[in-house]
Amino acid sequence: MLQGWFIAGSSFAYLGLLFAIAYYAGRRADAGRSVIARPSIYALSLAVYCTTWTYYGSVGRAAASGIGFLPIYLGPTLMMALCWFVLRKMIRIAKANRLTSIADFVAARYGKSQLLGGLVTVIAVIGVIPYIALQLKAVSNSFTILLHYPEIVMPSRADTLPWQKDSTLYVALLLAAFTILFGTRHLDATERHEGMVAAIAFESVVKLVAFSSVGLFVTFGIYDGFGDIFSRAGTSPHLAELLTLHGASAGASSWVSLTFLSMMSILLLPRQFQIAVVENVDENHLRRAVWLFPLYLLLINLFVMPIALGGLLHFGAAGVDADTFVLTLPMVYQQQGLALLVFLGGLSAATGMVIVETIALSTMVCNDLVMPLLLRLRWLGLSRRDDLSGLLLDIRRSAIVAILLLGYSYFRAAGEAYALVGIGLISFAAVAQFAPVIFGALYWKGGTRGGALAGLSAGFLVWCYTLLLPSFAKSGWLPSDFMDQGLFGLALLKPQQLFGLSGLDEIAHCLFWSMLANVGAYLGVSLARSPDAREARQATLFVDVFRVTPAPAGAAIWRGRAQVDELLPLMGRFLGPERARAALDQYARERGVASVDALAADAGLVHYAENLLAGAIGSASARVMVASVVEEEPLGLDEVLDILDEAYQMRAYSRQLEQQSQELSAATRELRAANLRLTELDRLKDDFISTVTHELRTPLTSIRAFSEMLFADPRIELTERRRFLGIIVAETERLTRLINQVLDLAKIESGNAEWHSAEIDLREVLLASVEATGPLFKERGIALDLALPAAAPAIKADRDRLIQVMMNLLSNAVKFCAPGVGRVTVSLKVEAGYLWVDVADNGPGIRRDDQKIIFEKFRQGGRGNDVLTGKPLGTGLGLPISRQIIEHFGGELRVESAPEEGGIGATFSFSLPLATQEVKPT
Amino acid sequence: MSKTILIVDDEPNIVISLEFLLKREGFRVLLAGDGEEALRKLAELAPDLVLLDVMLPLKSGFEVCQEIRAHPDWNSVKIVMLSAKGRDTEVQKGLALGADAYLTKPFATKALLAKVKELLGE
Repeated sequence: MLQGWFIAGSSFAYLGLLFAIAYYAGRRADAGRSVIARPSIYALSLAVYCTTWTYYGSVGRAAASGIGFLPIYLGPTLMMALCWFVLRKMIRIAKANRLTSIADFVAARYGKSQLLGGLVTVIAVIGVIPYIALQLKAVSNSFTILLHYPEIVMPSRADTLPWQKDSTLYVALLLAAFTILFGTRHLDATERHEGMVAAIAFESVVKLVAFSSVGLFVTFGIYDGFGDIFSRAGTSPHLAELLTLHGASAGASSWVSLTFLSMMSILLLPRQFQIAVVENVDENHLRRAVWLFPLYLLLINLFVMPIALGGLLHFGAAGVDADTFVLTLPMVYQQQGLALLVFLGGLSAATGMVIVETIALSTMVCNDLVMPLLLRLRWLGLSRRDDLSGLLLDIRRSAIVAILLLGYSYFRAAGEAYALVGIGLISFAAVAQFAPVIFGALYWKGGTRGGALAGLSAGFLVWCYTLLLPSFAKSGWLPSDFMDQGLFGLALLKPQQLFGLSGLDEIAHCLFWSMLANVGAYLGVSLARSPDAREARQATLFVDVFRVTPAPAGAAIWRGRAQVDELLPLMGRFLGPERARAALDQYARERGVASVDALAADAGLVHYAENLLAGAIGSASARVMVASVVEEEPLGLDEVLDILDEAYQMRAYSRQLEQQSQELSAATRELRAANLRLTELDRLKDDFISTVTHELRTPLTSIRAFSEMLFADPRIELTERRRFLGIIVAETERLTRLINQVLDLAKIESGNAEWHSAEIDLREVLLASVEATGPLFKERGIALDLALPAAAPAIKADRDRLIQVMMNLLSNAVKFCAPGVGRVTVSLKVEAGYLWVDVADNGPGIRRDDQKIIFEKFRQGGRGNDVLTGKPLGTGLGLPISRQIIEHFGGELRVESAPEEGGIGATFSFSLPLATQEVKPT
Repeated sequence: MSKTILIVDDEPNIVISLEFLLKREGFRVLLAGDGEEALRKLAELAPDLVLLDVMLPLKSGFEVCQEIRAHPDWNSVKIVMLSAKGRDTEVQKGLALGADAYLTKPFATKALLAKVKELLGE
């Protein structure tokens, strides 16, 4: 019921729809209202990574090796999630230098080398052609299978058909025509194709929808959900093996090599470079792609295992190729519409890949291979033509046709020997050869043109020998002797067991040797010679892209003379006269120059022209063309080094200035802080003096008042007289004490106090202090208890100072105890390497709020408020001094009291470390 | 009838000297050891003049002075502030709060008596 004309018609209708989308997006772009300037579109367009290889091939690989299909998608996921900054750097560099392909990228980095650009192009074309063949194979196979609907007939081997009957050829030609329509309608200096990107993004949606539809149909239509399929597969011993990690025939080396390959491919395949770097509208779109693209990969892989298992369960060993399960499963269940949708989805995957890949390759072939040759061979002839833009387009169109025909040839030659996935991996291994020179380009300034050429050549040759030629040999296209016996009969040169290395699958094997040769040659040759002027300049533009502004840096290292009326025709030749004129007009406007003719042909203009040309014909060719009309004075290495040196010195100088200014402001900050501290200290000193003065004036007031009264009035009675004189004496003593303590404290605080440290017996100190204060206790009728051990370990301290502390604590205790009923207890104990002394009284206690205050200067505790008896006669300096003394000897002085909670009295305790260093455990 | 003077100070010896000095001159003398007691005695015993220390427990002399001046009944009460704090700003503050005089400790007994008598109109 599905006639050939109907399938073909549907295909054309679908391609027409794609073209309409592309046309619309292109028009919108020309009108300045881009439809692709959205992060989601960017992420979807990246999914051009998923070709028919994914669409049909993943199921095939899963049917053979279980989850062995996964590394191909793990790689890109890892790359996007973890190494997005690599891609961001590539985008930045490509935009800054108008690089339009991976060949251009490599050529530009290593001194704008035409040879290198050509080599990259050759490797890319040869490497990718199997991949294109794979798409052709998939489309023509699916077409043939669908044609026999509802019967399942595997397509016959292509090489048995004469070529004019081979539908694959017509698929190739059709895709060529379509690609030409998409990609080469006009020449664009930026090589950006907004219409194409829109169509690719649309195709990514179609692929996903079609594949998921089959997945849903198989999982829920034929079977009863995921669990059903997996449990049924589990009962078959052959299938059960697929469900284990062990199922993949090769082990860890295969996983690692496949993951590595696909990580490189997402960056280095020409079409990925085209989509991810060249067609990128906005660097910030990466942020969404970082998760959206991996999500896409996850979704499109969701149903791979169910379809593979479903197919194996249904067809068994019935000779149905697992690569076709996606299509044949709907067919055996008579799902005509679904089968057609699947075919269109596959077509979508194929066209997307082929269009972008061939556009990218044709740009490279034109700019980096054909144009340099033409310009060299027939330079005089070309130079007379005013407008070469038409020629450029023609070259590209021819390149597109040629590439697709090459793909077809490979398909005829080797296509049948490999499954889809096998063919794709050959291509992946080829583009992986770009990895060393590209990563070197991004992060290493030491790489040279010679090193890049050597590395690429070595890696490519090894790839050819270990992977490409064997693929021909396996298909019988080449004699297979060298496979079995090694080249020239040398067993060491067996292509897939090179130097006796066995045990790896062919991809891992090729990757090991080619990367070894590639990296070794690249590093070895690069290190043999330091980069020349141009290489060094380009290296700086690439490696330091986030630091240098390209235009001035690029223009700085140039000296010569140019004429605007020579540059303009040159640009016109490749861009078309009108576009060239418009570009220069714009340049003139940006510089604030009235017209193009008034432009000075300085380094800036020459650089601008070269950059613009680079977009059209590649950076290496642009370099040659500009050099042809500009009288350049070649700069010697010395001069370039001088310029670089000068720039370096400028940078160093400015860094130095910056550093000095930072140091200055740091110093200012420090000064300000110091000043603040000084002001604060000054204020504290003022406060201190004011407080001391106040404390001195108070006793003086009494002394003066009584003295004056006694002096003025001789009639005062004797008892009064004695009382007043007693007060005067007491206040004088208070004054003396105060002055002594102020001086003492000042000495301690300034560090000028004299300390006599000696081993002393604290027991003896306590007893001496108690004896000295004995009269005081007796006078006020207060009991004193001693709780001392028979002996105490020695401590190191100043005996007089400790007696001072004890006298202070004891007299304080006496002062606050009620006469007659007061009781003070002095105790001594050893604890954790310290001696602790407690002086406890049964006075009114100290409120929690006051417990801190009493250790401050001149802040006496307000214990007892009776105006006539309660005012302590102390100086307010005893406790602060005591604390200073105890802390000086490494102990602490503190108070415990809780009158709020009904506690009785206050206990002052101080500790002193034992003289022996050993600390006894408690 | 002799005039009544309230002495407000927390230094016992100063209180003793002032009490002796003023009693000898024939004044009736009341005593208070902190700001709140001072205000209580003011309300109860209506002295004619207050000798007021500044650094007092519970309520400072400045606060007491302010409350006296804010009270309508105590308009006629004379206030002499006595303080060991002799800085200009403190003197200004006391006078601004309504003190009639501000004497810095240590003061001359004659000067104090003269000021007291002047304020009481004797």
